[in-house]
Order: sequence, then structure tokens, then C-alpha cells
Amino acid sequence: MTYDLIVIGGGPAGLASGLSAFEEGVNKVLIIERDVEVGGILNQCIHNGFGLHTFKEELTGPEYAQKYIDMIKETDIEIKLNTMVMKIDDEKNVHILNSEDGYKVIKGRSIILAMGCRERTRGAISIPGSRPAGVLTAGTAQKYVNMLGEKVGNKALILGSGDIGLIMARRLSLEGTEVLGVVELMEHSNGLTRNIVQCLDDYDIPLYLSHTVTNIIGDNRLEKVIISKVDENKKPIEGTEKEFDVDTLLLSVGLIPENDLINDMDIDFDNRTKGVVVNESMETSVEGIFSCGNALHVHDLVDFVSTEAKEAGRSVAKYLGVDKKEVGKKEIILKNGVGLTYTVPQKINVDKVEKIVGVMFRVNKIYENVKIVIESNGKKIKEYNRDHMLPAEMEKIILTKDMLEQCNEEIEIKVTDMEV
Amino acid sequence: MRDVIVIGSGIIGSNIARELSKYDLKITIVDKENDVCKGASKANSAIVHGGHDPESNTLVAKLNVEGNEMFEELCKDLSVPFKRNGALVVGFNDDDKKTLNELLNRSIKNGVKGARIINSEEVYKKEPNLTAGIVSALFVPSSGIVGVYELTIALCENAIVNGVQFKNNFCVKEINKDGDVFTVESENGDKIKSKIVINASGIEGQKTSELICEEEFDIKGYKGEYYLLDKENLVTSTIFKCPSKHGKGVLITPTVHGNIIVGPNNNFVENGEDRTVSKDGLEDISKKALETVDKLDFRNNIRNFAGVRAKVGTNEFIIGENKKIESFYNVVGIASPGLTASPAISNMVREWVVEKMGCKIKKDFINKREQTYFHELSIEEKNELIEKDKSYGQIVCRCEGITEGEILESIRRPLGAVTIEGVKRRCRAGAGRCQGGFCQTRVLELLKNEKGLSSKEVVLDNNGSNILV
Repeated sequence: MTYDLIVIGGGPAGLASGLSAFEEGVNKVLIIERDVEVGGILNQCIHNGFGLHTFKEELTGPEYAQKYIDMIKETDIEIKLNTMVMKIDDEKNVHILNSEDGYKVIKGRSIILAMGCRERTRGAISIPGSRPAGVLTAGTAQKYVNMLGEKVGNKALILGSGDIGLIMARRLSLEGTEVLGVVELMEHSNGLTRNIVQCLDDYDIPLYLSHTVTNIIGDNRLEKVIISKVDENKKPIEGTEKEFDVDTLLLSVGLIPENDLINDMDIDFDNRTKGVVVNESMETSVEGIFSCGNALHVHDLVDFVSTEAKEAGRSVAKYLGVDKKEVGKKEIILKNGVGLTYTVPQKINVDKVEKIVGVMFRVNKIYENVKIVIESNGKKIKEYNRDHMLPAEMEKIILTKDMLEQCNEEIEIKVTDMEV
Repeated sequence: MRDVIVIGSGIIGSNIARELSKYDLKITIVDKENDVCKGASKANSAIVHGGHDPESNTLVAKLNVEGNEMFEELCKDLSVPFKRNGALVVGFNDDDKKTLNELLNRSIKNGVKGARIINSEEVYKKEPNLTAGIVSALFVPSSGIVGVYELTIALCENAIVNGVQFKNNFCVKEINKDGDVFTVESENGDKIKSKIVINASGIEGQKTSELICEEEFDIKGYKGEYYLLDKENLVTSTIFKCPSKHGKGVLITPTVHGNIIVGPNNNFVENGEDRTVSKDGLEDISKKALETVDKLDFRNNIRNFAGVRAKVGTNEFIIGENKKIESFYNVVGIASPGLTASPAISNMVREWVVEKMGCKIKKDFINKREQTYFHELSIEEKNELIEKDKSYGQIVCRCEGITEGEILESIRRPLGAVTIEGVKRRCRAGAGRCQGGFCQTRVLELLKNEKGLSSKEVVLDNNGSNILV
């Protein structure tokens, strides 16, 4: 059996990209999901705040996913649940495993990589101490609490003030786990302001900025967590230790795109995003393989994932419909100038651009009243003003076809002017 | 009434129990923990040393080389991963060159097969990712790596299959001898009687022995901390730095599963149960490791851990019958290369026991043990297995590619897993880069259902390490 498109991952990126490809005329679409249902991590995100951009209404995670599931039900898109993709071979065959088909090799004329991301663990930041029960990632705790109806602890501390950490602070409080504080390494929170207000302030949960966990104590179950203030180099300062009697420590210390599947493939990888390198069409260095969503780079909002995924689906339709030989090869590399940590896409094939390309990027620190300058060959192409930028918030600029045609093979995007 | 009680189910106790299970003996192995392999045997470098390091003409050197040669067969019989990946002791200057020559001579004296000095060119050809500046190295081809807890568990399981009784949560409180009969009593008041007692209780070795008589030896705990990095083809051999006046350095080695292990340091600890890792310790290890492999990226770390070696001052193992108490054998102070020596040690102990008991070899001894490693099967074999049991078609641990079938197998086997970490040590579910972030909830469900527990009763590792409240 040959599919026109095989989408790997049935989370928000996989659903939106598969749907978009189908709507653009791609006939045989298969979405492969390893879990028992599609929806991905949205299923355990039972709080609201999703969908303001995509659907102009405030939805919970499962509601947001359901919108896509309902739309897909109206199509001929095939979904395989409980199915793991074991590998993609050199002929772009997808090797799958499940209880019904067994180990099976299926063919796709195109592939979308939409495997999502995973949480960084205690090991990734080498927190010292013992290794008791009660130290778990925020996402695992969220699964226990929201999906399995379990309680993870009586008294908790949370490391990391990104949105997941903040939302779990509220969630645990509601479930009767006393949250003694949220600890953040940076001097500012990485979460949305609305989450600081609604998840911490409303529950009188203190936020310890410029602090980190320096010891974990407990032989069997966690007994104590020690936190310390950090200096400007993020090194713990001796003598600033605070002790918390908690049986639970949640870690919300970052997300990493999950691309283990492509480890053995010859495909360009970007160590900044921890995802693959893509062009304006979300196409990777391997023709016919595309990527989108958190597997490509970690997004702040699911709405942005959906937008990007829709683009990937459209690109697949174009790819399958177009005689590839006619497409020109003028490729522009996007270079990270001062202040940028990455861009997606990383390169643009100008001839494939119809009118515009959206470029997403992140900055390395807080900036106020600055300009984003786009240069090529030493020439300024365009600049945009920004009064406020944060590392935690993804930025987006639009490049028009006109602008791109003024550029040579490289575009540099940088932050200039006053900085804080 | 038992013939033999083995106290401690680490690599030593398990090897001894399995070796003795070849004979018509009634054997009980006890451990104070809820599972086997909970002490030093689960937290070490998992190296099967070639034998270049121990002083020549010592028992340690002899057992090291003998033990090393036994690993292929042992691991093959028991379905345990083992690989003879070779070791390199790398030198950076003329002093090191001298030391390497001494180590070569020692290797030859110790009977280490194939050891030779290789030049810089050959070093970098073998291991292109080593730090620049290496002038030569001692190459020890017989050095290997093993799945150390898989081996300990497999040995003990195979012993059980051959009639050995295993008692967990049996913390020895008293040992008495009345005539020819020992009575070993646990903290819970359980009593077992036997003709022979073998003390293989690791870091507790001295305490256990002193339950029956004063001892002259003095066992001290020395902690070693480690990094366990994500899978990467950084080195294929085990890399040691040439020992110098600055110390021994740390080793960098692939594991049998493709991860990279970095460590250990060696610090005295008062409390032998102190398996905490420290910021200073880890910083020290990472700094030293970069001296030999500067391409190491500690951002790829997935877990830190520490183990405590039980050392006696003499640098020798204490193996033998207690001088004052007949039929009480100490097999203690087995620090590095204890894992390597363990099969040879068990042969020694077996000879004494056989002589003492005048026992006969069993005809029905089962020397083989099978375990499903799903990812190693061919496509046809995978499909045959799924056809028979659909649970092998469900991947639960995505990082390591472990199926539900393998997890259920690890729980249902003789000596099956009773904890989340027990599952991990048997089949690697949760051992990967997400450290159980995705699969722990599923493994908990499986354990709960298989064992008839409530969610709150499932523990991560030790008794009392409950995950949910």
C-alpha cells in the first residue's frame, strides 16, 4: 500500500498538517499515532487558553484537539493508533509496529515529521543529591493527575517557571497538594503574564527568581529540597540556601524536540533548535520529507503549531503536484545575527515563494525598544520596531517575495539599538 | 534446614548461589532489600577488566584474569549483553610512556592476553574522538563491558530456577551457631537454619561477619559518582587515562546499550548507604574526563548516580573460611575488579563448599536462560512473536524501544520485577533519555495490574519510595 502522505504523530501538528494536505487535494493521507488516541499532549492539558488565534475562542486542550478530530472525521484521512514508527529507511519507507499489523513496512510519497517534543529531565541539568521517588517532570505529573486521577504528593516545590510549571502549580493546588513555591533560575519568569497572575498570585504561591535547586534529600520518598540563589553566571551562591520540607519536586526545565527517529538518517539537523533544518516549505534536506510543530522547534502556543502545520500540509500538496524540475534553485540561508538564537525556516528557496514567507525566531535575552534589522550583503532590506522581546516568546516576521529578490544567498536577521 | 545460606544478592552472592545450584544442595539467598542487585552491583562502571591494573602475584590479579575469560560463556548462557570492546590506557607524555610500559609488563605477568603498546596513530585510528596530544596507549583487547544488573538478576534468577530459595526484605539481625548449625535471623524475626553461611553482603560485610565473631579486617566505603550520557558513537573502547602522580583520572566507556558512562571518583564515605551525587564531585569528573575525550558534551547527560565500593585496606579481597568459625565464609571487601572476578570467586567458593559437604553435581541443572530482546529480532521473528502475543506489538518505552510484552515478561519471570526500577533493570523500560517521563505511568499500570496492587502501593525502587500518595 502506498500513501501520498504519511504523517508521523497525531498531536496538534500532525492533525493540522494532515488535514491541510487533504484539503489541498492530497488523497491518501495516513496519520500514525503511538498513543491510544490522537490529540497528543493536548489531551492532558485540561486548562483553558488554547485556540484564541486559530478559533477565536478560548478552549481547553482536549477541546482544541477535538476541533481537528471532528474536521478529520469528515475526510478520508486514515489514522493508525497504538502504532510506533520504528524507522524511516533510505527509500523513505516507514517501518511501523503495532499489535494488529505487526512489524510492517509502508510506503509514502511524502512524509511529515510531527513527533512533538519531550521534557528535559533531572539528568539534563545534573541536580545533585539522592534519587528518591517524588521527583518527576511536570508533564508526567500532569498525566498522573489529569489522565489517571492520581495525586502525586502532599507538599510540592516546582523548578521552572515556564507555562507548564506555572499551570501545574495551580493544578496541584486545586488537587490538594500544597505548593510551597516555584523556583526559577533566570531573573524573570519564562511564562506568560496571565499565567503568573492566574496560577501563582491567585493561589499565593511565591516565585523565587534567580534561584535553583541545589540538593535533593530523601532515601526513599523525597523529604527535603534545598534551593540557593544564583549569581549573574547562574552559579549557586553559598550561604543563600533555603530548605523546603516537600515530598514532591516537579521539574519544568525545558522541552526538546523529539527527533530520535531520524538519528540514523542522513538529514540536516539544527543544533540550535534540536530539530531538522527546513526551508520556506517546511521541507527538510531530504526531498519529500517535511517537519512541523514541536518536533521542528518548541512553540509557545499550540495555535502557532497549527499555523505552521497547515503550511507544511500545503507544501506537501504542492510538492506532490508540481513537476519538481521546473522549480528554481535560488536558495537563501537565514543567518542568526546578534541577539537571535535560531530561525525557522533556516533557508528559503525564493522561487518556491508565492508572495510571503513567515520567519519565526527567538532572542537570547530580554530586549526593550529595539529594532529587528534584516540585511543581505551588507544592505538593509527592512527593519521592524519592537518595544519588548523575551527569550520565552517566539517572534515572527514576514518576508515578502520582493524583499527576497533583493537578497543574495544570505540574509542576516539581528537585533540592534538600545538593549536592557 | 538448609545446606547453605548466602547473605547478599549482589554480583558476588548471585554468582555463588548460581554456581552452588549446580549441586544437590539446599540453598537460600537472602537480601535486606526488596530486590536483588541493590548495592554496589547496580552502580559501577560495568567494566569486565582485562587485568592490567592489579599488582602481579596477587589473588586479585589471578581472579581478575580468570573471571574475565569466563564472561562470554556466562553471558551467552544467561542471555545477558556482553561485549569485548577493548580498553585503551592513554598517555600524554614521556612519564606516561614509562608507566604504560610498566603496565604492559604487569599485564604480561598477570596473563592478560593480547595486551600491547600502540602508537599515537593507531590510537586515533581506533578512537578518533580522543583529545589531541596522546603519544601512546596500552591496548587491552580482552577488556569488556557487560549489562551488570542484567547479569546479577539473571544469575540469581537462574539459581532460583535451579532450586535456590530467594528471600528479599530479609535484613540479617543475628547469626548464631549451635553445634554445626547456624541460625540466621532477620529483623522481622524470621529464622533460617543452615550448615554453611556465606557472607557476601558487600558494604555490610564487616557488620554481618561481626554478628558472629570479632573481625580483624576493616571495610570502608568509597563512593564513586558517575554521569550516564545519551547514546552516541563517541568511543568504542573503554578509555582510561594513564595513572600519574595526579591520580588515576576517570574512565569513559560505552555501555552495552550504547550510552556513554563517565566516572568514577573515589571518596571515602562514613555512611555506606550514601549514594548521593554532589556538585563538586560531578564537576571534578567532567573536568577530568575532558582531558581524555574533549568531545564529551555533558548536556547529553541523562542521569547521575553513585555507588559505594566496599574496600579493605589491603587492596586484596577477603575470601575464605572464617578462622574462628568453621563453615562461615567471608567473601567481602570485593571492590574493583570484583565484577570481573566474580565468576572466578564463585568457583573458589564452590570448591570449598563441595569439599565440605561432599555434594554431587545435579544432572538436571538448567544452565540456560532466555530473555526476549525485541529490537534484536529479525522482522520475521518479531511478527511471529506478535502473532503469538499481541503485547509485543506495543512499544511502551519509546526511547529504548521496549515493548509491553518485554515489560510483562520482566514482571512475570521467576524473580520478576516488583518495582518500577526493577522493571528498568530487567528490560530497560525507562532507562532512556526521557528517564521514564513518558512510560512510567504505563509501567506503573502494568505493575499494579500484574501484582494486584493499588497505584499508591507501587514503589519506584526501595520500600517506601511510593510514587503516588
